[in-house]
Amino acid sequence: MSTKGKVKGIISNLVIVTVDGPVAQNEICYIATGNTKLMAEVIKIIGDNAYVQVFDSTRGLQVGAEVEFMGHMLEVTLGPGLLSRNYDGLQNDLDKMTGVFLQRGEYTYPLDEEKLWDLKPLAKPGDVVEAGSWLAEVDENFQPHKIMVPFTFSGQYTVKSVVAEGQYRIFDKIAVITDSEGKDIELNMTQKWPVKKAITCYTEKPRPFRLLETGVRTIDTANPIVEGGTGFIPGPFGTGKTVLQHAISKQADANIVIMAACGERANEVVEIFVEFPELTDPHTGRKLMERTIIIANTSNMPVAAREASVYTAMTIAEYYRSMGLKVLLMADSTSRWAQALREMSNRLEELPGQDAFPMDLSAIIANFYGRAGYVHLNNGATGSITFIGTVSPAGGNLKEPVTESTKKAARCFFALEQARADRKRYPAVNPIDSYSKYIEYPEFEEYIAKRISPDWTKEVNDMKTLLQRGKEIQEQINILGDDGVPVDYHVTFWKSEVIDFVILQQDAFDKIDSVCPIERQQFMLNLVMDICRTKFDFSNFNDVMDYFKRMINICKQMNYSEYQSEAFNGYLKELKEMLILEPVAE
Amino acid sequence: MATKAFQKIYTKVTQITKATCSLKASGVGNEELATVNGKLAQVVKIMGEDVTLQVFEGTEGIPTNAEVIFLGKAPTLKVSEQLAGRFFNAFGDPIDGGPEIEGEEREIGGPSVNPVRRRQPSELIATGIAGIDLNNTLVSGQKIPFFADPDQPYNQVMANVALRAKADKIILGGMGLTNDDYLYFKNVFNNAGVLDRIVSFVNTTENPPVERLLIPDLALTAAEYFAVDHNEKVLVLLTDMTLYADALSIVSNRMDQIPSKDSMPGSLYSDLAKIYEKAVQFPAGGSITIIAVTTLSGGDITHAIPDNTGYITEGQLFLRRDSDVGKVIVDPFRSLSRLKQLVIGKKTREDHPQVMNAAVRLYADAANAKTKLENGFDLTNYDERTLSFAKDYSEKILAIDVNIGTEEMLNVTWGLLSNYFKPEEVNIKQELVDRYWAK
Ligand SMILES: Nc1ncnc2c1ncn2[C@@H]1O[C@H](COP(=O)(O)OP(=O)(O)OP(=O)(O)O)[C@@H](O)[C@H]1O
Ligand SMILES: [Mg+2]
Repeated sequence: MSTKGKVKGIISNLVIVTVDGPVAQNEICYIATGNTKLMAEVIKIIGDNAYVQVFDSTRGLQVGAEVEFMGHMLEVTLGPGLLSRNYDGLQNDLDKMTGVFLQRGEYTYPLDEEKLWDLKPLAKPGDVVEAGSWLAEVDENFQPHKIMVPFTFSGQYTVKSVVAEGQYRIFDKIAVITDSEGKDIELNMTQKWPVKKAITCYTEKPRPFRLLETGVRTIDTANPIVEGGTGFIPGPFGTGKTVLQHAISKQADANIVIMAACGERANEVVEIFVEFPELTDPHTGRKLMERTIIIANTSNMPVAAREASVYTAMTIAEYYRSMGLKVLLMADSTSRWAQALREMSNRLEELPGQDAFPMDLSAIIANFYGRAGYVHLNNGATGSITFIGTVSPAGGNLKEPVTESTKKAARCFFALEQARADRKRYPAVNPIDSYSKYIEYPEFEEYIAKRISPDWTKEVNDMKTLLQRGKEIQEQINILGDDGVPVDYHVTFWKSEVIDFVILQQDAFDKIDSVCPIERQQFMLNLVMDICRTKFDFSNFNDVMDYFKRMINICKQMNYSEYQSEAFNGYLKELKEMLILEPVAE
Repeated sequence: MATKAFQKIYTKVTQITKATCSLKASGVGNEELATVNGKLAQVVKIMGEDVTLQVFEGTEGIPTNAEVIFLGKAPTLKVSEQLAGRFFNAFGDPIDGGPEIEGEEREIGGPSVNPVRRRQPSELIATGIAGIDLNNTLVSGQKIPFFADPDQPYNQVMANVALRAKADKIILGGMGLTNDDYLYFKNVFNNAGVLDRIVSFVNTTENPPVERLLIPDLALTAAEYFAVDHNEKVLVLLTDMTLYADALSIVSNRMDQIPSKDSMPGSLYSDLAKIYEKAVQFPAGGSITIIAVTTLSGGDITHAIPDNTGYITEGQLFLRRDSDVGKVIVDPFRSLSRLKQLVIGKKTREDHPQVMNAAVRLYADAANAKTKLENGFDLTNYDERTLSFAKDYSEKILAIDVNIGTEEMLNVTWGLLSNYFKPEEVNIKQELVDRYWAK
């Protein structure tokens, strides 16, 4: 017998329900209004009053409305067919909804019940299995999608049977396993999991160390992120968070990309809908949409569902990680999620923390970032979730609770800066304030030395030192004037400008410049550092600027040309001549 | 709004604050409308039998025995073609002396468009103002505010944009408009002979502030009617959204909510997003474009209202006075149109993106040179050139009184570039330089 209740009070989307039986924190319920039912989640219980947040508008809802409790928490459905789909924050398939406008109380099933999947068994009778063990494999958009023992199972089981290779639907029986008491359990291809709990079917979560190539120079070269790493992109509005995230999602060397549009603009999601089916994954040549899942809970969609959306996305990511895949998860913007928490916490009249955010904001954020990572699965395979979230600091001020809490949780910090964006120095990542903690990992250093070259780390460090020096000189020039500093200083400053223009800046809208594979990054960094190591002898600072502007221009033309094409090599030649002919090259 | 005979009448108000009153009632729906001694009110909280109403006009003079009648519905607007050419107040009642509208009654503040049903905006809106068309190109289906201090001529610029935009309908949502500005809009539209394409919902400074809260939803319900039912291109003008947000804070502070930054309600982002996200390109061809005004205080865009707005809208147009040329310009640094990528170089000439960026970069160099000058340093020859360039650029491109076609904007800019710079100083793709560099 499930618990029932009646609506007692309504404050916006917070509804107070008097219940007639047991209810659990985070349990899902449905509230009847008119001829629809509104989904809601229990967020507080006092006596026989359950406080529920409704995932929809409560317009017209009346006191006395019937409520039915479901006996489970907010769950997602996992199984083949998640890829290429567009879901809302509660995993409703948006394409299955009728009409141009979203209807309140319309819930759609996230998978395709009729589609036939090519299945190959992986386990055989007699195998001992546990939650997360691979039983079979289907081909989902050319990804080996593993059918696993449901994560909710505990203890050990013995495989009794697995169906033969062939075509099956998601609800067909594909295996029977026997529990320790000898009871047989039939399994199909789907399972459910409560989104707010982490899926932990792995043996170990070692420190991640393998570069996750993103094709963005200011990340890969300057502050790399790794497979299973975490990073965040804070920045005032309009500084390029979304553009940078989209660029990463298009180019990153990942098997699965999950994008959670969390309280942001619908048109930005439409951009993905339009572009991703057309664009190809630079690593496999397949259409981007084939590896992508979109969770769209845009800013005009219900606030409570926005809070759920990031968890929905993370749970799906964990599901694919358990198959031994490299998953990249992006959330834009985690600040909107924090704001959703704030709205609800205020309505609950909880004691507010800084800026009226809930007191435990830091813990909630840390817990979420903690779900990412690189893992060793029970069968020895590895999988990863790399998570990159954007943060939208109020007033562009990084000293606010969401940024500060995230900084404690994420290992890479890509700080977008208003001044750079104003000067159209895109991506506006501040090269000096930003960091990647992974560079300090000896495992990473060892890996990158093999992957790129033994002197790579030194080269990158030299580059950063020069950038720092350039910045200092610029400040001095601002105080002392152009002729108040030695000409040498101008040379150093302009060398740092070469790095900025050629390595750090990258046009996300240029077909060629937007993607820069690691080999090309290596070539360009070596080239630029060669320039920077060259000694120049100028008699006045005006000549310095003219000379370097010309050089930057040539390098930029190289960035716009196909790598090692005739045009590219032509500019390279021009550059080399310039280095030899002009002032003094030693 | 007429009441029906069978409705139950309550006459015992238990609590009255400046904006709300409470009473015991049953069978009431959340967000339902009511009248309190004839004043329109809306249900904002229900706790058992206790119902709290937000009274739009304010509660001045409401007695404890006021007559409260529940209307059994959320706020609505009657929609039909008759809306065209008409002026209404914040309750959707005519203020132009004309007859009531006959038509289908629709709830305002309705559901949002399913993101997968949206189409990508792709139609350029030409305004003739180069600070907009060249640097911050507008696209139909976009939402974008003017950020301006109260002394900037934002309403005039907005009216110009509206008239040149070739929209099928223009819907004006005026919030806290001064009577003079209201008459200004009326006049401009009248003189342009476009009154029959205009629908106006107006709350002036003379009306109670809380009434403003209904204006955006009314305007957008009318917009959805024309854009969905008639597949029209609708332009919605919302001025001034800062005053709208102020009204939000009045209400929420009186409801004992914990204010967040700048005394604004914690839900400000969601409240504003619900309005702005109504901008859309529909699959059947209709569209809603929102151009709004967010007034600033002393140019401060970090205040919660412009800040949240900036995070929601697809860019912003920042107006400021350029004292070097004595004109109001569209500031190329703080302004941005995020949808411009969808049209520039595609619907406009191929060189548009690069020329635009090059000019803005040089304008930024000029700003540096100016700082140097102010700090008393010698300028280099390059600095001097950027300064001369900036002055010309400001006058011929950025000033809001510019009215030319997009090609001409590009040609003028190439002209300025070649007047003051060498090709290698502008960082433009060689093939474009070869084609367009003014010799
Ligand atoms: N790498 C880039 N190359 C070229 N232009 C860029 C780049 N990054 C950002 N831009 C420009 O900046 C604009 C704003 O970028 P974006 O939408 O990513 O900002 P945002 O930080 O996500 O803002 P918000 O917080 O409001 O969502 C883009 O529309 C584009 O014009
Ligand atoms: Mg963004």
